[in-house]
Amino acid sequence: MTVPTKPGRNAIARAAQDPYSRRKFLVLTGGTGAAGAFLAACGDDDDDSTASSDTSTDMASTGDALADAGFGEGDVGILNYALTLEYLEAGFYAAVADSGLFKGEELALVKTIGGHEQEHVDALLATLKDLGEEPAPEPEAEFPLDDAETVLKTAAEVENLGAAAYLGQAAKIENPDILAAALAIHTVEARHAALLNTLIGEDPTPDGAFAVPADPETVLDAVQPFLVQ
Amino acid sequence: MTNKTQAAPELEQIEFKPIDRSSFLMKGILAAGATYGAFAAGPMLRKAFAQDGGSEGDIEILNFALTLEYLETAFYEQAAKDAKLSSENAALVKTFGEQEAEHVAGLTQAIEDLGGKPVEAPAVDFGDAFTDEGTFLATAITFEDLGVSAYNGAGPMISSKDLLATAGAIVQIEARHAASVRNAAGEPAAPDAFDPTLTVDEVTKAVTPFLAQ
Repeated sequence: MTVPTKPGRNAIARAAQDPYSRRKFLVLTGGTGAAGAFLAACGDDDDDSTASSDTSTDMASTGDALADAGFGEGDVGILNYALTLEYLEAGFYAAVADSGLFKGEELALVKTIGGHEQEHVDALLATLKDLGEEPAPEPEAEFPLDDAETVLKTAAEVENLGAAAYLGQAAKIENPDILAAALAIHTVEARHAALLNTLIGEDPTPDGAFAVPADPETVLDAVQPFLVQ
Repeated sequence: MTNKTQAAPELEQIEFKPIDRSSFLMKGILAAGATYGAFAAGPMLRKAFAQDGGSEGDIEILNFALTLEYLETAFYEQAAKDAKLSSENAALVKTFGEQEAEHVAGLTQAIEDLGGKPVEAPAVDFGDAFTDEGTFLATAITFEDLGVSAYNGAGPMISSKDLLATAGAIVQIEARHAASVRNAAGEPAAPDAFDPTLTVDEVTKAVTPFLAQ
C-alpha cells in the first residue's frame, strides 16, 4: 500500500515531460487549454512559466494548482477536483461489484461503499450546478481486477488517498457551507480507509495521531495509472 | 444528505463536574447526544461558536476540543485498566488512547501559541462503560462519532486556516477510530455517505441553558 506522506512537487512536471503520462493527465482534466498551458509551463521553458504567479519550480506550494490544472478557480476548482476523484472511486467500486470477485457480505460492503461514493458524486454535481458552474467530465478509467486481494489493496490505497486529498483542500475552501459538506465527506472517506486498512491487515491509522494531507500533484500522479486514453 | 438521529443513552452515565465554559458545553453536548445521538454535537457547536470569531473564538473552539480529547484520553486509559477486552480490542485501545493524548498535547500547544489558557482536564466518571466488551464498544462508538460530529461542526467556525488544517488532521483520525470501533462491534464502519451535520432545532433548544454559560 502506498500512502503519500509527502508532497510530490515534481509529479506534474514529470508528467509533462513524459508524453504517455501527459496524455493521461490531459484526459483527466478534460484536455482544456488551461491544462495544456499549465503543462507547457512545467516543461523545458523555465523562463516562460506564466501559468502561476508563483515560481513554477515549486508547484506544491502554489495555491492555484487546481486552477492551473484546468479544474477551475477557488471553491469551484476544489469541487471539480473532488468530483473527479469521486468519479474514479464510484467507477472503481462499480467495476469491482461487476467483476464477480466478491460475494455475499463482501459484495454488500463493496456496494455500500460504492453507493457512498456515488452519493458524493451526486452531491458535488448538484453543488456545481447550484453555483452555475460546468462540472468536470467523468474520467475514463480502468482498474486492476485480477483477484480479490489486489482489489482490496487498491481500494485501501484509493480511500487513503481520497481522505488525504480532502484534508489537503479543507483549509482552502472559502464557502462555509461547502466546507461543512467537504468535512462531512472527508470523514466518511477516512472511515472507508480505516475499514479497508483493517481488512487487508494494515494499521487503520497509518499516519499516527495527525492525518497527513496530500496535495493535488501527489493525488493526480497517484491516480494516473487508472486513467485510460 | 441523510440526517440520522439516534439516541445514545450510554452518554447519560458519564458524570463530570463542569469547571469552565468548555466543560459546561461538553456536558450539554453529552446531554444532547444522549437524547438526539452522537451527531447532535456538530450543530450545537456551530451555534455555540457562531458569535465568537477571530483568535478569541479559535481559542474557545480549541479549548472545547481539548476538553473532548481529555475525556477521550481518560476513557481509553480507564478502558485499558478496567475493561476485559480481546487482544485485538486491547491493541486498539492502547493505540487510540495514545493518539488522543497526542491530540491533547497538540491542542494545548496550539492554545498557548495563540496566547490562550488551556483548560484543565475535567474529572470524569464513565459509570458502567467498562463492565463488558459490548458496553465498552458501544460507548467508544458514541464517543468517536461524537468527536467526528464536534470537529466537523466547529470546523467552519475556525478563523485561522492553519488551525482548520490541524483540526482536519485530527478529525480524520477520530473518524478512523470511529470506523475501527464500529467494525470491532460488528457495526457498519461508515453508516452514511455523509457524516451527518444535523440541523435539528430541538437539539439546540435542549442545550440552550448550557450555551448561555
